Amino acid sequence: MEHYMMNLTLKVWRQKNANDKGGFESYPVKNISSEMSFLEMIDVLNEELIRDGKDPIAFDHDCREGICGACSMYIDGRPHGPWEQNTTCQLHMRAYKDGDTITIEPWRANAFPVIKDLIVDRSAFDRIIQAGGYISVNTGNAVDANAMPVEKDKADAAFAAAACIGCGACVAACKNSSALLFVSAKVSHLALLPQGSPERKSRALNMVAQMDKEGFGACTNTGACEAVCPKGISITNIARLNAEFSLAALVSQ
Amino acid sequence: MLDSKIPAGPLEQKWVDYKGHVKLVNPANKRKLEVIVVGTGLAGASAAAALGELGYKVKAFCFQDSPRRAHSIAAQGGINAAKNYQNDGDSVFRLFYDTVKGGDYRAREANVHRLAEVSVNIIDQCVAQGVPFAREYGGLLNNRSFGGTQVKRTFYAAGQTGQQLLIGAYQAMERQVALGNVEMFSRHEMLDVVMVDGKARGIICRNLVNGELERHFGHAVLLCTGGYGNVFYLSTNAMGSNVTAAWKAHKKGAFFGNPCFTQIHPTCIPVSGDHQSKLTLMSESLRNDGRIWVPKKKDDTRKANEIPEEERDYYLERRYPAFGNLVPRDVASRAAKERCDAGYGVGTTKQAVYLDFKYNLINKYGKTEAGKLGIENPDTETLIRLGKEVVKEEYGNLFDMYEKITGENPYEVPMRIYPAVHYTMGGLWVDYELMTNVKGLYCLGEANFSDHGANRLGASALMQGLADGYFVIPYTIGNYLADEIATKPIPTSHEAFVQTEKAVADRISTLMNIKGKQTVESFHKRLGKIMWEKCGMARNAQGLQEAITEIQQLKKEFWSDVKIPGGINEMNPELDKAGRVADFIELGELMCKDALNRNESCGGHFREESQTEEGEAKRDDVNFAYVAAWEYKGESSWELHKENLEFEIAKPTQRSYK
Amino acid sequence: MKWSEMFTSSIGKKLVMSLTGIFLILFLIVHVSLNACIWAMDGGEMFNKGAHFMGSNVVPRILEVGLFAGLLLHIIQGFMLEFQNRSKRRQGYAVAMGSKGSKWYSRSMGILGSLILIFLVVHISDFWFPNRSNQGFLLGEEINLYDKMQVTFQELWVVILYIAGCISLAWHLLHGFQSAFRTLGVSNKKYLALLNATGIGFSIIIPFVFAMMPVSFYMGWV
Repeated sequence: MEHYMMNLTLKVWRQKNANDKGGFESYPVKNISSEMSFLEMIDVLNEELIRDGKDPIAFDHDCREGICGACSMYIDGRPHGPWEQNTTCQLHMRAYKDGDTITIEPWRANAFPVIKDLIVDRSAFDRIIQAGGYISVNTGNAVDANAMPVEKDKADAAFAAAACIGCGACVAACKNSSALLFVSAKVSHLALLPQGSPERKSRALNMVAQMDKEGFGACTNTGACEAVCPKGISITNIARLNAEFSLAALVSQ
Repeated sequence: MLDSKIPAGPLEQKWVDYKGHVKLVNPANKRKLEVIVVGTGLAGASAAAALGELGYKVKAFCFQDSPRRAHSIAAQGGINAAKNYQNDGDSVFRLFYDTVKGGDYRAREANVHRLAEVSVNIIDQCVAQGVPFAREYGGLLNNRSFGGTQVKRTFYAAGQTGQQLLIGAYQAMERQVALGNVEMFSRHEMLDVVMVDGKARGIICRNLVNGELERHFGHAVLLCTGGYGNVFYLSTNAMGSNVTAAWKAHKKGAFFGNPCFTQIHPTCIPVSGDHQSKLTLMSESLRNDGRIWVPKKKDDTRKANEIPEEERDYYLERRYPAFGNLVPRDVASRAAKERCDAGYGVGTTKQAVYLDFKYNLINKYGKTEAGKLGIENPDTETLIRLGKEVVKEEYGNLFDMYEKITGENPYEVPMRIYPAVHYTMGGLWVDYELMTNVKGLYCLGEANFSDHGANRLGASALMQGLADGYFVIPYTIGNYLADEIATKPIPTSHEAFVQTEKAVADRISTLMNIKGKQTVESFHKRLGKIMWEKCGMARNAQGLQEAITEIQQLKKEFWSDVKIPGGINEMNPELDKAGRVADFIELGELMCKDALNRNESCGGHFREESQTEEGEAKRDDVNFAYVAAWEYKGESSWELHKENLEFEIAKPTQRSYK
Repeated sequence: MKWSEMFTSSIGKKLVMSLTGIFLILFLIVHVSLNACIWAMDGGEMFNKGAHFMGSNVVPRILEVGLFAGLLLHIIQGFMLEFQNRSKRRQGYAVAMGSKGSKWYSRSMGILGSLILIFLVVHISDFWFPNRSNQGFLLGEEINLYDKMQVTFQELWVVILYIAGCISLAWHLLHGFQSAFRTLGVSNKKYLALLNATGIGFSIIIPFVFAMMPVSFYMGWV
């Protein structure tokens, strides 16, 4: 792969803390190699900022392999940047050319308040999982793993839903700030497996109730979430959740 | 002085007997006992969940924004278990034996056997939690073989096994949070252990959002804080992975076991330049289907696909005909280094070898699929197309990841790979009960030293993390806590908490007040360079001695010239990083000291002074069949304690994969 | 879960939109079928017969109440959803996401719905209201709707307004039709594909036929 160098301008959202008003700042960055990852480019800028006695840009990141779900930048009007099925950390600079200006914002949603710069608080997702995103089986209770065969198609579909990394790009992309793709991925994962069926109804009802409580919006099936999901979680899962929820609500006492 | 507390009796009875006689805590008392769990990876999340289920009051801590982000999530290939679902001769004994042998006879037999025993329970537990392991068409679980073994005992979920297992453990833990048994503290970093009357009784941690120091009491403290591979700066670890928690415990008296045992993983995406911030693993399972080669000609500048078959050197198949591409990680890594050092490396940096899927794409998968579809005499293109579909299902995410990073399509051209630091077998010394030599302080998962000896086999890390958390600690912690039921929670206004917090605060303000010129990152890079060059894949006495001097020098420079922006009472990632790098520098010195002391080659530790005529690693069982447990004695000063290893069942032999 | 909880949850609100939407879609079929009678080329005889049945028989008149109830529910819930959803992101983005990932009309259901509402007000005051007031809002004497159309659609601006209403309806349906079924929980790929195709056909054909009415009167085709 041929590589090249470039100079760029970054427009980055800076906000000291949750109470600060915040605003955009522009930074020139020079000599960026096309082989760098997007976050390595930010690293370069941050090193410069520190040397100049300025505050580096705070951003969430950890594994840098596209699996932990920590990174969360809204780049030029798209969560995780221009590439399909990709996380910010896996975006590489060959996506850009010399002279480009890149605007970087944090995830925006009431349910994801900004903590600092590009870092937002996504603990709402943890609380949604606490509301029912699990199978209640105490350690040591399990029967032999092969005692319950699972139809391969269903196991594969469950896996596809379980691939969610909880990054929140779906919320960031949704015009309604709905978390339904996240919730539906978990509900689908567990509803498609026989192990998950005893708690199927309460899970759907409680997770949706918690989602509403956290201040996420209602889904209007625009599909923006699916388009930006780094793991390609399908909105078919949302339809499945809708069915799970409605049936559970209808038969509940 | 070192009592490993291995139960008496025959090997396969030890754990059974232990469980039968261990002290128990009754349910009413469990509610009065508080346990602190630091780290929420596989070991931490599973321990917090299991202890919460038992009724203990658990407080769990992680530095990430959510416990689900712990780096266990990045494990790709799979998890071993002695289920023998494939009827290919596997058994608990064989898993035990493979692990001891794979670890180059530097692990404790009793621990490893227990690990093999509980491995089967882990799979049952995970499946019950809804972990979507790969399945066959009949609905039963599928297995694959994994580097270094000859049976198919690895359970997997595409290339995302760690993610699925961690999410399972995370969900189990969140359930306990919902039930009120576990209290979760995210974005909190442990900065010291609080000792009261010789026992670990709590921690001091920093709230990473507002910078405040917090005191937390626990009747016992569990460190499940992962490995320290980031001491090399570049590794497959997450950016935040660090040794700080373990190192603070070490400085409070916990011995550090075998710090020099690091695993260099053979199949990672090569470094592309100075900007590199981390390295990415390509699962070892790829070696099942990929063949590793370099050109036979030195400095060959042709593209991979232009080099004809007869001019390719499949050096692993050539050197190790019995295991071929499936030799253990340490062997494969050194072989790659040997070829590159000899001038046969590929790519722009010449620090890479090819991992080529074409042969198996066509011959293994393509032909099988063609057979299934009843296509007679398929042409190569059809075979490649069919093969690709299968490979996509098995490793699609890895291939995509490779393409995103390098811009090359591995279905078309061979991957370029090179070894990179991946896992650390060393860690805090623990006894059979996973307790360090500090009473009440436990260490689980990668953070401890116990089960993998000098080299970890593929798909064994997930197994160990979950074994420790789900099936070992729930039993062994009771043996300690049974005697603690009369201990009332110690108020955090206790002098020990006050003093420890003050020491932590002082260190932070010292760091902030240096106001030097060099960034934290630049020090970390320099440390990594010293470690990689002198304490990396091959080590020798002279290099290690130089490294120790250089690290001591680096430490001085760090503490007089580091530049940390921002303030203390706010979110300050640079300050967090500075604390971690300061600890890495101290650890680096100990690693070199340990590597220097261990004048033998074993597993991931290759001393150039100790090799056979053919350049293979030479172990020295007469002088070094022990665990090196280092006691901190003050700045740059350690005392070595030895725990002799006895092998009653798996008798040491020189490992051969020829 | 109580009924009130069910229908005030985020999915419940969408269920209301979906069910009333499908009800209105069914109404459109009835409406368009009846309207198509103008092309019987009989001077509106067949059309007026149908219109008379709808206006004088007690069953459609009762259903009419349901129709208005459904319509009102759809409108009120729609507006509430739109405002609630908009309030979930107090601070917006500097660079809008725009159509990177979603279709403009799927994001504009509120605006499209509002346009249709404006059209409906005009439309109802053009035909339904005069007709019913003539009847004393009971089963009394009706007016000749065919003749009334003939008069109404001689004005070009009225025709253009009606066509604009139909276009808004088409876009609204293009998203609404399949979305309604997704909200009801159809997740089977095979059925989703069928519903998608049906939805596209429906949202083109029905508004087109509606739009052809004013055009036909204006152009003198009928």
